[in-house]
Amino acid sequence: MRIEINRFKCIAAGQCVLKAPAVFDQDEQDGIVILRTNSPAPELRESARLAARVCPSEAITIHED
Amino acid sequence: MSQAVAELSYPMSRTEPFNPPDDYALLRAEQPFARVRLWDGSYPYLLTNFDDIRSVLSNQKFSCEPNREGFPHVFEGRMVADKADRSFLRLDNPDHDRLRRMVTKEFTVRRIEQLTPRIEETVDRLIANYTQLPQGADFVEHFSAPLPTEIITFLLGIPYEDHHFFHEATRIQFGSKSTPVEVRKSLDDLFAYLDALIGRKEREPQDDIVSRLVAEQLVPGHVDRLTLINIVRLLLSAGHQTTQNMTALGVLTLLQHPDQLALIKSSPELIPGAVEELLRYSSVLHVGARRVALEDIDVNGKLVKASEGVICSIPAANRDPSLFPNPDAFDVQRDAARHVAFGFGIHQCLGQVLARAELRVVYGKLFHRLPNLRLAVPFEKLRFRHDMFVYGVHELPLAW
Repeated sequence: MRIEINRFKCIAAGQCVLKAPAVFDQDEQDGIVILRTNSPAPELRESARLAARVCPSEAITIHED
Repeated sequence: MSQAVAELSYPMSRTEPFNPPDDYALLRAEQPFARVRLWDGSYPYLLTNFDDIRSVLSNQKFSCEPNREGFPHVFEGRMVADKADRSFLRLDNPDHDRLRRMVTKEFTVRRIEQLTPRIEETVDRLIANYTQLPQGADFVEHFSAPLPTEIITFLLGIPYEDHHFFHEATRIQFGSKSTPVEVRKSLDDLFAYLDALIGRKEREPQDDIVSRLVAEQLVPGHVDRLTLINIVRLLLSAGHQTTQNMTALGVLTLLQHPDQLALIKSSPELIPGAVEELLRYSSVLHVGARRVALEDIDVNGKLVKASEGVICSIPAANRDPSLFPNPDAFDVQRDAARHVAFGFGIHQCLGQVLARAELRVVYGKLFHRLPNLRLAVPFEKLRFRHDMFVYGVHELPLAW
């Protein structure tokens, strides 16, 4: 799995951090998404998929390898 | 348009307080783009299908600007307030993102985690004060209204003592029966109040959101004063009104479903999921979200023409059986994560992390501190907020 984020689309709703705190973080300056890892360990992948599904601005893309 | 079918007027009435109007399920199955008649004689579409609603709300060719031709206005008084709104809630991009990003850092997961001890302390104190009152005291007035109001006024740096003033402003500006004159007067009073507040923050900045907005955005000229007033007005009204109603309606929902309440009492780890289910089941934003098409747009095979209005029913989306099986059942163990109670797309609620934190603390503490909490009047006597922009109960007399 590889994760791609679009910081221009992000609206800092924070849902990804609530759903997958080991994968996503927010920039302290503006709340915009930051990746903690772009290739999460297997046990984190389902939470990353859920984060992408609930992201309101569709700023997270998951590439399943 | 064709009037062959019986005319549907909107908003529709509920037959049961916990459930959306019965027609929504029928419309979703047979007429997912239904024409409905509003008070002003316009006929926007009412959308009731989850996928269609998500498509519209995530498509920026649907505008949320109330001054555009075809934008659906659900109450006459609310139209006045919406048309005067210069906050990012009622702006399309690029202005939306530019203005929203002035405040996003204030509501991040980390900032709300830092705030949580204060929420816990406030909840403890409000429970203690509430139980000093006579049995049957109104939980809305003495708990669910003060809690989010105390928190948002603390964050913004607004004196809590003024809460009667802005609660009254909210009641007028979001009520279905308010006249345009009443709303205009209330807006003028609120804008004058916030203008004076901003003046105080210019002279004596403190450690609060309004002071930071003044120093970082107003003074360097990134935002004009009227827009800043509107942003603060949005944070204040959204910060108390929605959580207040969600808190009280959620407590009532749990009291009316004792098996579900017993589950979260015995298994506190269920509370975050229960909060999502309460958000889905209650969907307190019961007369929106509203948009207008900027051009001809294909929505999952249905053509919406330029300047046609669209009402995306949040309660209908959150009861769509294709996403939430047996949708009218309140089930704290269901997977409700994809609900759209906070909206969807770029306008999704800015304060949702704060709202979740407040709700989790309330439901985590209240029923343990007051294990015999119960309704003090028959359920049939409760007055539900059919007449308000945000749904809930007007009063909630409880005993403990």
